[in-house]
Amino acid sequence: MEALWLSLKLAACVAAILLAIGMPVAYWLAYSTWRGKFLLESIVALPLVLPPTVLGFYALVAMGPRGPLGKLWIALFGHGLAFTFTGLILASVLYSFPFAVQPLIASFEGVDPRLLDASAVLGAGALRTFWRVILPLSLPGVVTAAVLSFAHTLGEFGVVLMVGGNLAGVTRTVSIDIYDHVQSLEYGAANRMALLLLVISFAVLSVVYAVNRRVWTPWAAK
Amino acid sequence: MGGEVNGTMLTAQIRKQRHGASSFALDVSIEVPAGITILFGGSGAGKSTLLDCIAGLTRPDEGRILLGGDVLYDSVRASHIPAPKRRIAYVFQTLALFPHLSAEENVAYGLRNLPEEQRRERVGEILTVFRVKKLRKQRPGEISGGEKQRIALARSLVTEPRVLLLDEPLTGLDAELKAAIVDDLRAWNAARGIPVLYVTHNRDEVDSLGERVIALDNGRVVSAGEPIEVLDAPRRKKLAQAAGFENLLHATVLDLREADGMMRVKLGESACEIEVPLGYAAVGSGVQVAVRAGDILLATERPRGLSARNVMEGRILSLEQRGTMVIARVDCGVTFVAHVTPGAVRALELTAGRRVWLVLKTHSCYLVD
Repeated sequence: MEALWLSLKLAACVAAILLAIGMPVAYWLAYSTWRGKFLLESIVALPLVLPPTVLGFYALVAMGPRGPLGKLWIALFGHGLAFTFTGLILASVLYSFPFAVQPLIASFEGVDPRLLDASAVLGAGALRTFWRVILPLSLPGVVTAAVLSFAHTLGEFGVVLMVGGNLAGVTRTVSIDIYDHVQSLEYGAANRMALLLLVISFAVLSVVYAVNRRVWTPWAAK
Repeated sequence: MGGEVNGTMLTAQIRKQRHGASSFALDVSIEVPAGITILFGGSGAGKSTLLDCIAGLTRPDEGRILLGGDVLYDSVRASHIPAPKRRIAYVFQTLALFPHLSAEENVAYGLRNLPEEQRRERVGEILTVFRVKKLRKQRPGEISGGEKQRIALARSLVTEPRVLLLDEPLTGLDAELKAAIVDDLRAWNAARGIPVLYVTHNRDEVDSLGERVIALDNGRVVSAGEPIEVLDAPRRKKLAQAAGFENLLHATVLDLREADGMMRVKLGESACEIEVPLGYAAVGSGVQVAVRAGDILLATERPRGLSARNVMEGRILSLEQRGTMVIARVDCGVTFVAHVTPGAVRALELTAGRRVWLVLKTHSCYLVD
């Protein structure tokens, strides 16, 4: 159970962080007219195609005591990043980035540009337009982004193993725990954990699809 | 900025290139005084681009936009006041009401700098003026077309703008409702006297609204002045079509009679010859002749003793009732469209296949480029 709580905590932190940094990135990707935009789009999508071990490997190198991030962390806080919960959060944020950013981009782009024009001629600057028009109309996308990054982090394995290792209560998440149980032939325990993860994932995905079917969007046209 | 702006003139001299094209998509110089000015033209004429430039939503490539003494845009001085700071109201063709906000919240959107109480007062007032107060709690999705148009107008006008831009805001409404909304708009502007630029491609709206018309075609101003000067004597083919000249015929000049101020032309490939006003054309060259369907008379016998110079014999191809008007297509070697009343159809016993004579005054024929 300790592993489950750790996983949920990790997933919640990552989802929150991803919403906060995903929104400005998605906003820029949705509305910028810069011609080199595709480069950033490719970088954002990279974790979708890279094996988690590749991402985890580079994250580990960067966070290690001789890596740039690790050095910085030691200088600031007196301890390293690798094999810590914070390190795990950082790597997971990278790994789940596209799962947050892509639904946000899609929903921002789906907002009628004339509504943004209307907001501008009524005196609203870009920030106010974002809060009063874009964000409320993109709510399904925001929920999707939060839920998908939460679910994706919950189920990750490769990155966690590379960066976090397997320290009980610190970095041993559900998926690692299941792997452990299987390795030691404890199929019953593995099954309980696996089933739990399955149920949670299903519930979470149901939320995403319900939101996108506009089950809960009150202003949907009649 | 701010303060009394009555009688302020909006002037725009702008050029804007179409994306990736070498020619200017928009190259105009216009003056919009206080009161309603119609911006008239077919689709793709550049009307919306011009409005977007004035509102500050699109940046022109070069030129100047002035409102009274204020520079809104000047390519030489590299100044461009962004849209939120221009205080120019813009009612879009799609209205662009915020779907997640109630009518009241939509109208209050541009008033965030006012204290709560004042804001509620102003919103209440304008909703009353535009007769939509009862809808204030409803969302746009629950409101009918005409009422949405009123709310969009109210949302724009409540901010006390310095200029009002209207992009076909009343399309799809019946004439009565349209007239009622326009009356409300006029009443509102009577006290303020701001320049209103009203885009339409509907000839009827021009006649009911227009004090002045600017006709736009292919990104250029082709004509400006009183509606009657601009639209009753179109100089361009596209404008003629848009202004309701149902008959646009290709013709070849046969001979010029300068003393009479007219010339004879042959229509299309037919043997049909008519007199049209003298234009800048050489004998043998091609011209376009525009004739309104409503300017053509129909007779069941060859008329005599008329001052009208053009009488053509033909046969009715079809009659089609459209509201209180019948559209007659008549073959005289070329096909003419003429409008007659249902009463005339009955009295003259007009039917398809019947032999008729078309009568056309020389000065009901317009030459267009």
